[in-house]
Amino acid sequence: MKFTLSWLRDHLDTNASLKEITDKLTAIGLELEGVEDPSEKYAPFKVAYVESATQHPDADRLRVCIVDTGNEKVQVVCGAPNAKTGMKAIFAPAGSYVPGTDMVLKKGNIRGEESNGMLVSEREMGLSDEHDGIIELPTDTKVGTPFTEIYGMNDPVIDIALTPDRGDCAGVRGIARDLAAAGLGTLKPLKHTPHKGAFKSDIGVKISDTKGCPIFMGCLVKGVNNTASPTWMQNRLKAVGLRPISALVDITNYISLDLCRPLHVYDADLVKGDIHVQLANNCDSFDALNDKSYTVTDAMTSITDDSGLLGLGGIVGGVSTGSTEGTKNVFIECAYFSPDTTAKTGRTLGIDSDARYRFDRGVDPEFVQAGIEIAAALVVELCGGQASEIVSAGKTPSWRHEIDFDPSYTARLAGIDIPADEQKQILTNLGFEISGSKVTPPSWRSDISKQESGGKADLVEEVIRIYGYDRIEPVSVRSAHTVSDSAETTMRSRIRLARTALASRGMSECVTWSFLTKELAMKFGANDNANADSLTLSNPISEDLNQMRPSILPNLINAALKNADHGQINTALYEVGPDFQSGKVNGQRSVAAGVRYGAQGNRHWSSAEAARAVDVYDAKADAIAALNAAGAPTDNLQVQRIAPNYYHPGRSGALTLGKNVLATFGEIHPAILEDMDIKAPLCAFEVFLDNIPESKKKGSAKSLLNIPAFMPLARDFAFIVDENVEVDNILRAAKSADKTLIQNAEAFDVYQGKGIEDGKKSIAITVTIQPIKQTLTDSEIEGLSKKIIEAVASKTGAVLRG
Amino acid sequence: MVEAANDLDSIEAVRVSALGKKGKITALMKTLGGMDPEERKTTGAALNLLKDEIAALIASQEYALKKQALEQRLATETIDVSLSARPEKQGKIHPISQTMEELTTIFGSMGFIVSEGPDIEDDWHNFTALNFPPGHPAREMHDTFYLPDDPDETGEAAKKLLRTHTSTVQIRAMVEQGVPIKTIVMGRTYRSDYDITHTPMFHQCEGLVIDKDIHMGHLKGCLQDFAKAYFEVDDLPVQFRPSFFPFTEPSAEVDIGCSRKDGGLKIGAGEDWLEILGCGMVHPNVIKNCGYDPEEYQGFAFGMGVERITMLKYGIPDLRTFFESDIRWLQHYGFDPLDRPNRATGTK
Repeated sequence: MKFTLSWLRDHLDTNASLKEITDKLTAIGLELEGVEDPSEKYAPFKVAYVESATQHPDADRLRVCIVDTGNEKVQVVCGAPNAKTGMKAIFAPAGSYVPGTDMVLKKGNIRGEESNGMLVSEREMGLSDEHDGIIELPTDTKVGTPFTEIYGMNDPVIDIALTPDRGDCAGVRGIARDLAAAGLGTLKPLKHTPHKGAFKSDIGVKISDTKGCPIFMGCLVKGVNNTASPTWMQNRLKAVGLRPISALVDITNYISLDLCRPLHVYDADLVKGDIHVQLANNCDSFDALNDKSYTVTDAMTSITDDSGLLGLGGIVGGVSTGSTEGTKNVFIECAYFSPDTTAKTGRTLGIDSDARYRFDRGVDPEFVQAGIEIAAALVVELCGGQASEIVSAGKTPSWRHEIDFDPSYTARLAGIDIPADEQKQILTNLGFEISGSKVTPPSWRSDISKQESGGKADLVEEVIRIYGYDRIEPVSVRSAHTVSDSAETTMRSRIRLARTALASRGMSECVTWSFLTKELAMKFGANDNANADSLTLSNPISEDLNQMRPSILPNLINAALKNADHGQINTALYEVGPDFQSGKVNGQRSVAAGVRYGAQGNRHWSSAEAARAVDVYDAKADAIAALNAAGAPTDNLQVQRIAPNYYHPGRSGALTLGKNVLATFGEIHPAILEDMDIKAPLCAFEVFLDNIPESKKKGSAKSLLNIPAFMPLARDFAFIVDENVEVDNILRAAKSADKTLIQNAEAFDVYQGKGIEDGKKSIAITVTIQPIKQTLTDSEIEGLSKKIIEAVASKTGAVLRG
Repeated sequence: MVEAANDLDSIEAVRVSALGKKGKITALMKTLGGMDPEERKTTGAALNLLKDEIAALIASQEYALKKQALEQRLATETIDVSLSARPEKQGKIHPISQTMEELTTIFGSMGFIVSEGPDIEDDWHNFTALNFPPGHPAREMHDTFYLPDDPDETGEAAKKLLRTHTSTVQIRAMVEQGVPIKTIVMGRTYRSDYDITHTPMFHQCEGLVIDKDIHMGHLKGCLQDFAKAYFEVDDLPVQFRPSFFPFTEPSAEVDIGCSRKDGGLKIGAGEDWLEILGCGMVHPNVIKNCGYDPEEYQGFAFGMGVERITMLKYGIPDLRTFFESDIRWLQHYGFDPLDRPNRATGTK
């Protein structure tokens, strides 16, 4: 909402400076967006007298002028054909910023003649495109007069951000009223002489849709002359960003801005019969004044005459009855349209008009009669003609309601003690009526809640916003026992720990959209999900982002590909965030997912290993690291071949505890790789943080450590086994040989090829044995080795390699 | 003879030939036993002297040879230490995560506990319970993403949407955990808006304190403490000014002091203000909607954009880059995994 300082002063009698006013606006909740003071911007530009203008000795088209600025006489070289001795012009000294050319003037020397400034044209001042000559002012204009004064631009423009509740401040008078209540002056009485109609209006009004339009008033003014509006009005409209059109249109815009009272004017000669406010006929259409056509539905409040639809009440008028330069007789509309109706209609049709802005927020229901009378008077004053009696339909909608006012509630809710009398005074100044313990909000404050408790809280806000939020004393909320509390939920801890573990492994954390294109989502699990359609956005920002992600992986894969396009190959990316399996509250999972793409790193002198391709075992290690950090019992995990079908079926797995899948890992399915045009190696994992079982451990104490007194020893075994036997089975079998003494078993070599029969493979494992009570004798070790070989043989069919 | 020995083997040979069991000096020492006491005394002394001299000569030659050998070895073992170190990938934590952990630390130190709620919400939790009546213009401040209706639910619970703010969790936390409550919520939020300063997904941090005697003074104290701790400026000016949110009454917006000079932004005392968050006393209707009596319980709530405060604190210029996953950006603006916020570093 923009307005000028002089405009505000029309309503507010105040000695406050501009700075005091703008600071107060913010302090009472009318947040200052900005102030533009043209008199500051144009300060250097003043009226000067051209004492002489003579031909430049060395240039046909230039004149050398001696300019009297009132303070000094300076020489200026001027190229304008109309520069002449004895004229009054606008002079800008060197160093001035010239808005029309966006340049700072410099002292110059033009063909041997010094030039110390400029005599400016309208175009150079950004006033018009006129640049055939410099601005020529009447000869009696006083030297030294600021340029802004001559052009009526010496009026600072103030811009405030209005919150949706403060419709009453969508007019300058409302702002003045708030400032006056805040002690910044007094509100001037509104000039308004009682209306005397000279005749009965030819156009009558009636309302069928009293819900959308409870009251409608009109006035016919005959014999108007719809020329340009006066300069003062044009200057104000221009200052706040409106283009002057004609007196009648300008008057409606002006009163809307001035008094928050939207109006509409009809060319009375184009209205057929009476005006009828009714719910629209479905599918009627009309050409609106905003150069668009609209088709209406039957829920919309429409303005009609005998010919049909003229416009939409409170939103936009129609071309068919619009006023023009030729309008001789005008019918002025001043009505109350209900906020629900205008908001709904405006939203449906996508129309944001200045009128709708005000009706949506609620205009003053008691100001319809005054509004039409002020409008009629201004039309007669500026356009001439004679006004009819006011025609009216409907009645003022009820707005009065009382709130129990308890001054002590202010102290309870706001934490500040304000004397009851002072609170009452603030409310009275804001227009609230107080009677005993009951308070009635003014008619223009429809934002004050009609509900008991809401209304009470509203009154507290009214009191303290005027009294000053800055006067409330801050109180700490730190409580004495906070150190023992853990702020994080279990899930937040898991997320943080998984995130830290993965970054420690050289992966970089991404945050990608929760949505992606449905087509890709279908490849990453959504195709198996009966709920997929319930996860499609009805109004996506674009078709690329129309499906809630069933997995984080496609986003990360795309991120890796995009990085590769930028020359950043070999990336390791992860994300810890939600994926979505259904629209239900429990349909969201917390997942730590990652991809490694290309090689482990760049080639390096130290080893070929540095640039080896990423593989499944990297992803498996990532998954285990994340699980481990997040508190999963990683020692007990099983590996099962049950990863989702977007993984390579032979090169993927799941880390499980029984049926509970904690993580999946693997290469992506070759068919998807082909679809996504992925050529470099890629491996991925997903860790399902919700599935990690709660630790049974209570408290923070760790279990007691028993360091064995005896040296551990290692024994190596090589087995020949069927190539389909998974190594994990061999290791489990080996460990099962003696659960007390065998601490660990690891494979250190896997071999197929020369020397090994087709269909078989050689697996070399090392078993760590930890003596507990005493060192083991050779024969005990021998016996244990035999048990290991037997266990592996019986469980996997392996034979010891000879 | 000692000096002629030019490797360790020859010096050992010399030592054996002179001082060994069968060495010449050893043999001469053995003759001492057959001498008379006077002669033994003088010869013995001379022999011992000779023995020591020879031993010293041998030791010194041995040392010289060992030194020479070591130098030779060192010369052959020299490698090019200018070659680069073994590579290690440096992972980084996303700035959004860093900030959310900082917020947990700061509010945790004030006794707040984290609460969580779903991204896919319904109309009741996102709007109605938060005192946005149907058709209220404030609903239009939120450009909402909608999902198909849930066939298992009716009315507002069936109308599925992506939460436009984390305030939904205020409702869930109050209903599920009860009051008094002192909680923060952090997470993804969504609005259908995409331009230089808006992304369709962003993050919010929400706070809620409800008890019988929590008033606006507490709201101011809490957020002033937070702003100083988060921006790490002890004398940070903090301004509260009236504003409007449907779910708070009275409502406020909070600005912090800053100065803008030569296109740079400096947070702290200065001539300008910078908006960082919205807050207010929880609207009585919201408390009522959660099943409590607003005459008995009251308190405050606040909400802030995580990206916004991250951009301000760490000088990150463009919101959209947070979600582009450009590895160069992540490496530059990201945080070391060892640099996790904690009570020793993250709060004041």
